[in-house]
Amino acid sequence: MNVLIVIDTAEGIIKKSAFETLSYGADLAAQLGVNAVGLLPGATSEELGSLGQYGINKIVHVNPDQPRADDPTVLAGLIASVASTEQCDVIVFSHSLSGKSIAPIVSAQLKAGLVTGVVGLPDTGNGFVVKRAVFSGKAFSHVRIETPIKLISVNPNSYKVNTGGSPATVETLSLPTAAPRVLVTKRQKSSNELLLTEAETVVSAGRGLKGPENWGMIEELAKVMGAATACSRPVADAHWRPHNEHVGQTGVAIAPTLYVAIGISGAIQHLAGVNRSKVIVVINKDPEAPFFKAADYGIVGDAFDVVPAFTAAVKKLKGV
Amino acid sequence: MKILVCISKTPDTTAKIAFTDNNTKFDTAGVQWIINPYDEWYALVRAIELKEAKPDTVLHLATVGGADADPIIRKALALGGDEAYRINLDGADCYQVAFQLAQLISKGGYDLVLTGKETIDYNGSSLGGMIAGINYLPYISLATHLEIAENKAIVTREIEGGEEVCEVAFPLVVSAQKGMAEARIPNMRGIMAARTKPLSVVEPIAQDPLTTVTAFELPAPKAGVKLVAPDQVDELVRLLHQEAKVL
Ligand SMILES: Cc1cc2nc3c(=O)[nH]c(=O)nc-3n(C[C@H](O)[C@H](O)[C@H](O)COP(=O)(O)OP(=O)(O)OC[C@H]3O[C@@H](n4cnc5c(N)ncnc54)[C@H](O)[C@@H]3O)c2cc1C
Ligand SMILES: Nc1ncnc2c1ncn2[C@@H]1O[C@H](COP(=O)(O)O)[C@@H](O)[C@H]1O
Repeated sequence: MNVLIVIDTAEGIIKKSAFETLSYGADLAAQLGVNAVGLLPGATSEELGSLGQYGINKIVHVNPDQPRADDPTVLAGLIASVASTEQCDVIVFSHSLSGKSIAPIVSAQLKAGLVTGVVGLPDTGNGFVVKRAVFSGKAFSHVRIETPIKLISVNPNSYKVNTGGSPATVETLSLPTAAPRVLVTKRQKSSNELLLTEAETVVSAGRGLKGPENWGMIEELAKVMGAATACSRPVADAHWRPHNEHVGQTGVAIAPTLYVAIGISGAIQHLAGVNRSKVIVVINKDPEAPFFKAADYGIVGDAFDVVPAFTAAVKKLKGV
Repeated sequence: MKILVCISKTPDTTAKIAFTDNNTKFDTAGVQWIINPYDEWYALVRAIELKEAKPDTVLHLATVGGADADPIIRKALALGGDEAYRINLDGADCYQVAFQLAQLISKGGYDLVLTGKETIDYNGSSLGGMIAGINYLPYISLATHLEIAENKAIVTREIEGGEEVCEVAFPLVVSAQKGMAEARIPNMRGIMAARTKPLSVVEPIAQDPLTTVTAFELPAPKAGVKLVAPDQVDELVRLLHQEAKVL
């Protein structure tokens, strides 16, 4: 029995989170002594054999002459069908927006146990037990999947990407699809160029910035760091920044390598969305701000002085 | 038009997260329980708005839980809704809960089922999709807008890097997130009215969970913050570059 990895694409381009799930699936297959098979539904402009570098053996490219289906039920049907023909009893998804919509449908269709938000490889010594984030990143749980078919969705930015595998074989397959019931009439890109959930570095600011007119220096710092921008909830609620930048318990949950929090107090609901960041830097003029307790590095100072100096120092480091 | 909103009970967002019984149970001592914020602020409030716009809309609420969920479902009824169901089961996993709700939904003949984006304790983000999968209903996840047209719903959902507008004929399942509505505060009239609204307790149908939680774990504590003087920003950049290796 093999491991199937569902490859996320947007407009035919493979998402960064897919490199993590492919690596996860390949390592899991190696642990179980089986093959790792990637599944890519719909048309793509990418060369698929090179996905072997993440350690997988084979790619099944389903319906390459059609755009990727918009209806998650249709995609779920394709996944279930390939899982059966490729004899896969573990299916790995990304816990991305698209994985969140498809994986639960596959779980219901196959009556297969699903664990979402997984942060590491399963313990297969005694059953099949996976570790996942719970309580908005404030804790973890270990969950045993009891069904013969096991579904996992891996948290973005929580698994290292493999390199150096040899090219995978690519097989194309045409499969009949169920009639779609979801009709997409309009699609629009958000202004945020770098996807917040995929960004390695995130520069975030809060109410300490006083008003939307002061975000120029935040965007400048983000630009020199190659970072995405984020904000606290009151900032989005006041329409200083777009809603999709709001991180925290009720916003987006992120896990970048570096999170820089400027003029944010560090309320528990904010921390819930960022506490899986690898390194946290806090800039706040109040030494008692709770965020310092969750930080790795900090500056007690006025953002209006520190941020421009920070930008200049990063520029100096990068030689720009 | 018949709408069902799925309501779950979660610990308050500031609750202390600790475990008992050799790290196998969540420590509920001193925990305040609330309506899961996504269910309350977005799914329920949007459903109430739809009923306000079309008063002949029937709005039901449902929760899967023990008697300790009654105060939560009453609180939800104080915001709005005609009546509520509590399926009397302490759900062990998402599938078991979804299965119960799916049976209630097929019996009730709802046009629209709304859930929150995720529960803030379990963070499954799965229940709506599982209900849709069990009952073969169309599913729109992570919706930011929802309008009702003649015989279809027009729903905006978040996708990687943007949004898309979808049209779906009834019946369907939608999970709601930020953008869908603005939070409301229950008023005295709502709280009084909620006391007399019907709350039916339904016995669960046998269905084993598909997964079992074996243990909980708290993350390792942070080593403590390293402070740099505000006029030493170069030093911070050096530390991030050489020590933390993140720049
Ligand atoms: C159910 C619930 C869910 C919530 N979900 C979220 C969520 O998802 N995300 C979220 O962010 N919040 C959330 N909140 C709100 C949260 O509790 C806080 O109110 C919010 O995070 C505070 O935002 P802030 O830090 O930007 O503002 P404030 O708390 O006002 O903090 C501003 C900070 O800026 C500092 N400051 C001021 N001037 C300067 C200066 N010149 N230079 C440097 N520092 C300065 C201050 O010292 C202060 O620490 C939620 C709340 C509830 C009840
Ligand atoms: N026990 C429950 N009873 C009713 N609805 C629930 C229950 N658990 C979860 N839900 C709903 O499903 C959504 C997603 O939950 P989850 O998949 O657990 O993250 C929640 O926002 C609720 O709307």
